[in-house]
Amino acid sequence: MSSAAALTWFARHELRLAWRDWLAMMTAGRRGRKRAAVIGLIAFAAIMHLPTYAVIGRFADLEAPLDKSTLIVITATIFLAWALMLSQAIESVTRVFYARADLDLIMSSPVKLANVFSVRIAAIALSVIAMALLLSTPFVDVLVIGGGIRWFAAYGVVVAIGLSAAAVAIAVTIMLFRLIGQSRTRLVAQILAAVIGAGFVIALQIAAILSYGTLSRFAVLTSDAAAAFAPDTGSIVWWPARAALGDGEALLLLLAGGLVLLGTVMAIFSARFAGTVITVSANAIPGQQASRTRAFRAGSRQQALRRKEFVLLRRDPWLMSQTLMQLLYLVPPALMLWRSFADSSAAIVLITPVVVMAAGQLAGGLAWLTISGEDAADLVATAPLPASRVTRAKIEVVLIAIGVMFAPLVLALVFASPLQAAVTAAGVIIAAASATAIQLWFRVQARRSQFRRRQTSSRLATFAEAFSSIGWAATGALALAIPMTALITGLVTAGILAATWKISPRRE
Amino acid sequence: MMPQESALQVRGLTKRFDRLAVDALDLTVRSGEFYALVGPNGAGKTTTLRMVAGLSRPDAGSVAVFGIDALRDPVAAKQMMAWVSDEPMIYDKLTPLEYLEFVAGLWGVDPVASEPAAHNLLVSLGLEPHLHERCEGFSKGMRQKVALAGALVHDPRLIILDEPLTGLDAVSARHVKGLLGDRVRSGCTVIMTTHILEVAERMADRISVIASGRLVAEGTLTELRQQNGHNDTSLEDLFIALVNVEAAAA
Repeated sequence: MSSAAALTWFARHELRLAWRDWLAMMTAGRRGRKRAAVIGLIAFAAIMHLPTYAVIGRFADLEAPLDKSTLIVITATIFLAWALMLSQAIESVTRVFYARADLDLIMSSPVKLANVFSVRIAAIALSVIAMALLLSTPFVDVLVIGGGIRWFAAYGVVVAIGLSAAAVAIAVTIMLFRLIGQSRTRLVAQILAAVIGAGFVIALQIAAILSYGTLSRFAVLTSDAAAAFAPDTGSIVWWPARAALGDGEALLLLLAGGLVLLGTVMAIFSARFAGTVITVSANAIPGQQASRTRAFRAGSRQQALRRKEFVLLRRDPWLMSQTLMQLLYLVPPALMLWRSFADSSAAIVLITPVVVMAAGQLAGGLAWLTISGEDAADLVATAPLPASRVTRAKIEVVLIAIGVMFAPLVLALVFASPLQAAVTAAGVIIAAASATAIQLWFRVQARRSQFRRRQTSSRLATFAEAFSSIGWAATGALALAIPMTALITGLVTAGILAATWKISPRRE
Repeated sequence: MMPQESALQVRGLTKRFDRLAVDALDLTVRSGEFYALVGPNGAGKTTTLRMVAGLSRPDAGSVAVFGIDALRDPVAAKQMMAWVSDEPMIYDKLTPLEYLEFVAGLWGVDPVASEPAAHNLLVSLGLEPHLHERCEGFSKGMRQKVALAGALVHDPRLIILDEPLTGLDAVSARHVKGLLGDRVRSGCTVIMTTHILEVAERMADRISVIASGRLVAEGTLTELRQQNGHNDTSLEDLFIALVNVEAAAA
């Protein structure tokens, strides 16, 4: 087989793996679900057109030349999409380094590793772009229907920023590896991947709160100050926005720029990429030393379980990155709360849904890790204590962790508004308990390392958890604004929970 | 002379998955003996032991551990047992000492006794240089030794091991065999499945051969030879003969 044929063959192999990986994620690895997954996906995409229309339908008529404020909003939106793609690409690159399933085979084969890893880098870029195209479809469709075919150029922008996001992700990850070593890179890259996307939105919100006392990031983007600070309308900075609006020249330049960037990164880093992978494979994961040595502690069996869970949660890099992201989301409302001590703004009500939503989402992740993600399931099952007490200890861990994380915010809220503090505390408890209950009803036996794919084991549980958190967040906000309507949203959310319980799998 | 109290008594144990995995099995393991369970792949050895350990519920039959009905009072039965599977299940983010502290805590062992016991066990298994390292970088053999130490740290009266020597190097295997031998000599009962017939031949007081979920033969090596009329044959030859007869009968 010639070198070119071998590379084509390897590219096909990579694409097939990526396709099957994606399919397994959609179907939770069950063959019979393929048709249901495709139908569900089409239905979901169709339904997504409605909220998308509500959000961006009014922008479909936009045409060049645009004023600075509009250019800023479109560019910031494209930058947010780029940040999210970068986050996904960093995660993919890290996975290639550390998922060793086929690396031994590839590395022991008689092929030029730099070429093989060039293909793998291209496959990462392709999968990032494919996912972004899929997610952007409802947005572009709505703009095309409302504003004409010129908006199809937005797909080109997605491809261009996908190429550059993959290139930057590879460069950043390999440089991290060189700078801080393999074990730290894994942790730092995971945290980076988790916070990059959220960071931009949060930074805008913080700026909006500090300048305008509102959580809306558009307040900053459409402000006179931003317009005064931004470059002229002819600047290169606005190329992505102009390309999205159908400027063919800007689009071609953007695509060329993305391709050149990825090509350069491939040329510079392919050989290093192979070297980095070899280093990781050869050394495996170095055994980290425990922070300190102390005597065995006395206590009940449940205390032993709780202690173990807390240690594992503390040492879980995925959980750390997720928690950090949730805590970052709490920074804007906390900032708003701090400002409200001086200025009694009505916008402080917005804190409650954000906090309740964050508590529900975080509790869902914690509950999956403690209840389903039990690495020594046989050990715990053969221990001399009833299964109900094991479950209780694990639920206690989730609720204690949520309590510790959210109590300071609720306590601070007491000083600004005792009623709102009480509603927020109730919302946090109910949202956390609901998310934990859903994880309990849909528990599966899994390893903690499968946390990233926890949603594949049950789509129903994932949706129920999201709807429950959103429902309780809305109920909390309405309880403060229009109490009677809170009763309705509360009952609807409780109904969703009851229905979820009813259709949860039966257990032995 | 062999002690006669039964550590494990299994009667009519039955389990069906897609097919019958364990078929009305009767087994009696005496207290203080080393009992080996051998059989071809899919014979029902692991399924049987998982039911004894309380990891799976039988469709029919009874399990008694030192006279305690393990199906009615699983907590009391589990207090006396330890289970080690062929795939060591430990926590990557804990050190061996932290893992043993957790296991001892689960079994309610006083830390005054469990801490030195844990230390001694890990040292005797050659893990002293790794006491404070997290298990995530350990080889399969090291993980298996940590799991075994966890099974022994609460001083169980009955140890059930499913292929415990899988993945161990020769030195580690000798350590493990020595440790198990010491436990049996101190009165503990060991039940072990193994595909390494020489180990069963050398270490076990009694051996049972299981095929298609049924007990095909049981006894000391001498008794097995006598039952089959081959006085000089090895366990491997006996095993193949017994399994072939069972396969032909099925």
